[in-house]
Amino acid sequence: MSINISDVSYQFRGKLALDSVSLNLMPGFNVILGPNGAGKSTLLSLLTAQRPLQNGMLTYDSLDITTHQRDVMAKIGVVFQQTTLDLDLSVKQNLTYFGALHGLSAKRVIENITPILTSLALLDRLDDKIRSLNEGHRRRVEIARCMIHNPDFLLLDEATVGLDVDSRKLIIEHIRALAQSRSLTVLWTTHLMDEVKNEDALFILNQGQLITNGKCEQLLHHYHQENVFDLYRFLTQPEGLI
Amino acid sequence: MTRYFICFWAILSREILRFFQQRSRLLSALVRPLLWLVVFAAGFRSALGVSIMPPYESYILYQEYIVPGLCAMIVLFNSMQTSLSMVYDREMGSMKILLMSPIPKSFLLFSKLIAAACLSLIQVVIFLLLAHLVNVDIPWLGFLYAIPSVFLSAFFLGALGLILSNFIKQLENFAGVMNFVIFPMFFMSSALYPLWKIQESSLLLYWICQYNPFTYCVEMIRFSLYGQINATASIVVIGCVLVTGALAIATFTPKK
Repeated sequence: MSINISDVSYQFRGKLALDSVSLNLMPGFNVILGPNGAGKSTLLSLLTAQRPLQNGMLTYDSLDITTHQRDVMAKIGVVFQQTTLDLDLSVKQNLTYFGALHGLSAKRVIENITPILTSLALLDRLDDKIRSLNEGHRRRVEIARCMIHNPDFLLLDEATVGLDVDSRKLIIEHIRALAQSRSLTVLWTTHLMDEVKNEDALFILNQGQLITNGKCEQLLHHYHQENVFDLYRFLTQPEGLI
Repeated sequence: MTRYFICFWAILSREILRFFQQRSRLLSALVRPLLWLVVFAAGFRSALGVSIMPPYESYILYQEYIVPGLCAMIVLFNSMQTSLSMVYDREMGSMKILLMSPIPKSFLLFSKLIAAACLSLIQVVIFLLLAHLVNVDIPWLGFLYAIPSVFLSAFFLGALGLILSNFIKQLENFAGVMNFVIFPMFFMSSALYPLWKIQESSLLLYWICQYNPFTYCVEMIRFSLYGQINATASIVVIGCVLVTGALAIATFTPKK
């Protein structure tokens, strides 16, 4: 279960948002690290077919997203940077609505995600309106929602932005556990360096270009850096490259 | 097939649920035509009498004349409001979720349009019941006969709204559409005055009304309320449904 991004470029309002990006995401936790405006969200919008592909190729296993969009959608779970919940509906209504968009009955939806709801401490909040939940809980609902249809791939775009430390920790640990227990291919985009672990596959994106990629600990060793922060600074600051 | 039905039912029930949760929307949807019926029509009743013309079999009061037009107005406003919710969904991101479905985009948009048409139908039925309370005499069977024509009009106007929503980047711009689309469509139609009356006062306006597809929605609803079929109006509206429906689905853009 891999995601292959091959020579993808994307121009937006005359600006090159992605410049010949190629990368291969394997099962496990894959982190795309980059500052704001690096092209992370653009890449995610291409991976979710929210924007049409202009150049290059995107495949999930052997499925090309341009020719097999519907098959791809059935296999991916997404958490967007912006909250996409219906504030006036309850947690349960939001979840069952999304499940129905995948052709799943309400009963099946609850069956599928009860373990996830339990681990995210949401089971007793099912009847609460989204509007009454704090940001952390809303994110948890979105995490639960993206697992409703048992996807093979999880794409999360800065899913912990704006959350407190505890919520961030709970969410990232939960996703890591899911990736491991279900052998998922997870794509986690972030600009928060403390979210990267040594064993993660790391991709550093800057100004629309892929600067480097590899196992995080191998990259640290290769560039003779102590930690992710130093590595990131070294690779994204012009003087660091000289 | 079951997957499609589950998906359709979810979109339909979500729209209905949201509609009844937004009480002010329900209220304004009913108050607007009732004000026209009770205040405007009552005021004009003595000034504007309507002589015998199809589908009416005798001289009718102005209040009775404008009821089909007001039904069509409800449909028009609701359809445009649906487009507004599309712009809102696109801004708020919930459109992304809809389009993450493996069900074909055309089916999802079709379901959205059907849901909007059902909402229009519910509002029209409530309005007609209230109209009865103020002594506007619409045959009870007319409620049943009007269902297909209200539904077709709603589908056409919803698709038109969907096309317009592609050109609207922000919610604020929608006010312009209200002024430049809804009001001209409504006022330059046979909703408030019979076409022969308009022809007497302005030939240009008469021709504009003739070419306004909303006129045909009004006339189709008018005839159906009295158990009759206006063939020309029905053909024009069905044609509009097909053209705007196809265009709405083909031109739909999830991201602005």
